[in-house]
Amino acid sequence: MHLNTVGQLWVRRYTPVLAFCTLLLVVAGGLVTSNDAALSVPDWPLSWGHLVPVLEGGIRYEFAHRTLGLVVILLTAVLAFRLRTALAWTALGAILTQAALGGVLVRFLDPKAAAIAHAAIAQCCFGLTVLLWLDARDGIAVRESMPAPARIAAAVALFAQTILGAAVRHGVVGPAPHIAGAIAATGLVMWAAFPVLIQQMDNAALRRPAMLLLSITFSQIFLGIAAWMSRVATLDAPQPMPVMVLFTVAHVAVGSLAFGAALALAAAPALPREGMAAA
Amino acid sequence: MHSAIRVPAILLCAVALTHCGGGEKPAEEAVRTGPVVSPDLVNGATVTGKVGFSGAAPAPKPIDMSANPQCERAHKDHPVTAEDIVVNPNHTLRNVFVWIKTGVPALNWAVPSTPAALDQKFCMYQPHVLGAMTGQAVSIANDDPVNHNIHPIPQTNEEWNDVQSPGEAPKLRTFPKQEVMIPIKCNVHPWMRSYLGIVSHPFFAVTAEDGSFTIKGLPPGTYTVQAWHEKFGTQEQQVTVGAKESKAVDFSYSYKE
Repeated sequence: MHLNTVGQLWVRRYTPVLAFCTLLLVVAGGLVTSNDAALSVPDWPLSWGHLVPVLEGGIRYEFAHRTLGLVVILLTAVLAFRLRTALAWTALGAILTQAALGGVLVRFLDPKAAAIAHAAIAQCCFGLTVLLWLDARDGIAVRESMPAPARIAAAVALFAQTILGAAVRHGVVGPAPHIAGAIAATGLVMWAAFPVLIQQMDNAALRRPAMLLLSITFSQIFLGIAAWMSRVATLDAPQPMPVMVLFTVAHVAVGSLAFGAALALAAAPALPREGMAAA
Repeated sequence: MHSAIRVPAILLCAVALTHCGGGEKPAEEAVRTGPVVSPDLVNGATVTGKVGFSGAAPAPKPIDMSANPQCERAHKDHPVTAEDIVVNPNHTLRNVFVWIKTGVPALNWAVPSTPAALDQKFCMYQPHVLGAMTGQAVSIANDDPVNHNIHPIPQTNEEWNDVQSPGEAPKLRTFPKQEVMIPIKCNVHPWMRSYLGIVSHPFFAVTAEDGSFTIKGLPPGTYTVQAWHEKFGTQEQQVTVGAKESKAVDFSYSYKE
């Protein structure tokens, strides 16, 4: 980055705010889907023909999601024009694509494939903001060594899990592939994180993301079980029940955090042994 | 940007985007040729019956309308419950759609000029189950002081989603293809759900408050009568009727916890 010290400080403070807002956007999207409110506003980009619709019932969730989306677009655009890096432009492109896909979902009545893609790109957007944050903090974009394969595999597996989770939520597949994916992803996370804890426990830059990734992943398993059980228990309910909404949205949000932690571990400085191997 | 960041990001985005595509299988539209034929209510046959219910009736599920205070106020004197399973006092089921599934001659059956009426009142659909002919107008009204969106989710007809504000004129829509049943929902109020049966002939009915149904004016012949319930599924029976003949066809559903 070609920024002076004041600029670097600004970016270091700005990027976590952006990542947090993007996570909030993911949560808002989860609330829309879980409350079955995706098509409560049938037009786009206006809402019921207005900039601000009457906020009632499911419209509240959908409109909050759109408003947060606009906030994240503006925040990302400010950062992209400030940094002018490929990573920042990619993040801006991803969030703009995501907004356009949101419009497609509304205009084409929530086709399942597009809804799953919307959920997947949401994870991309959050992951990119995490990378922007890490880059501002540690300068990962100028690093020359490749991350360890296990860490890349863990990040890819967790991302794939978000796609499978979206497919389950939208009724495209049953829970079995998502459960199998959870087992595989957990194994890959342990493969990526345990060597760090065993060999590099005194290296805080590695230890922190590794511990974070492990704790979030194990929390996510229990949240997934809770989300599924609450869904089954309220299957006959006449409307989305709060317990189901709570666990499902928490599962979605913590899934994003797990993916972010995996990216943080993958982007962390290489182990000395890995560096020698690469050399 | 280093490849360690760029490659996974691009790869993952590409995987996400490859999920786009797919589509629904088209269905045949009702073909209307030849002279227009109306049911012969004088010489035609009648199929009547009841849809019984055995076992303990499940407790009605309460609906929480607190997400919209105006809806909640409309039901302040009596709690509102879901209409998916409504057991009548005489142990029969309400909201069962009964129709002649096979056997009806492929004639150009007259489409009623009166629209089938679906009302949004007290933040509920009234009636919960409704039938209409292919090409018959379905009139959807909003008698509530709140906004509703109307979102039918058919498999063979075209899906649509439209808004209806308070005081807006009823919307008239038609469905060109036979389809039993089409769920209709309001995404603003997720408890609102109705079912619409679209049939290519006029021989269908919805069970009333005593669980009975009557289908009049059938030409003599052998028919498959199907009963559809949103929770308990479908049942079918064969019946043969002659001119002016009336036959009873009863169905029975049971519920296990």
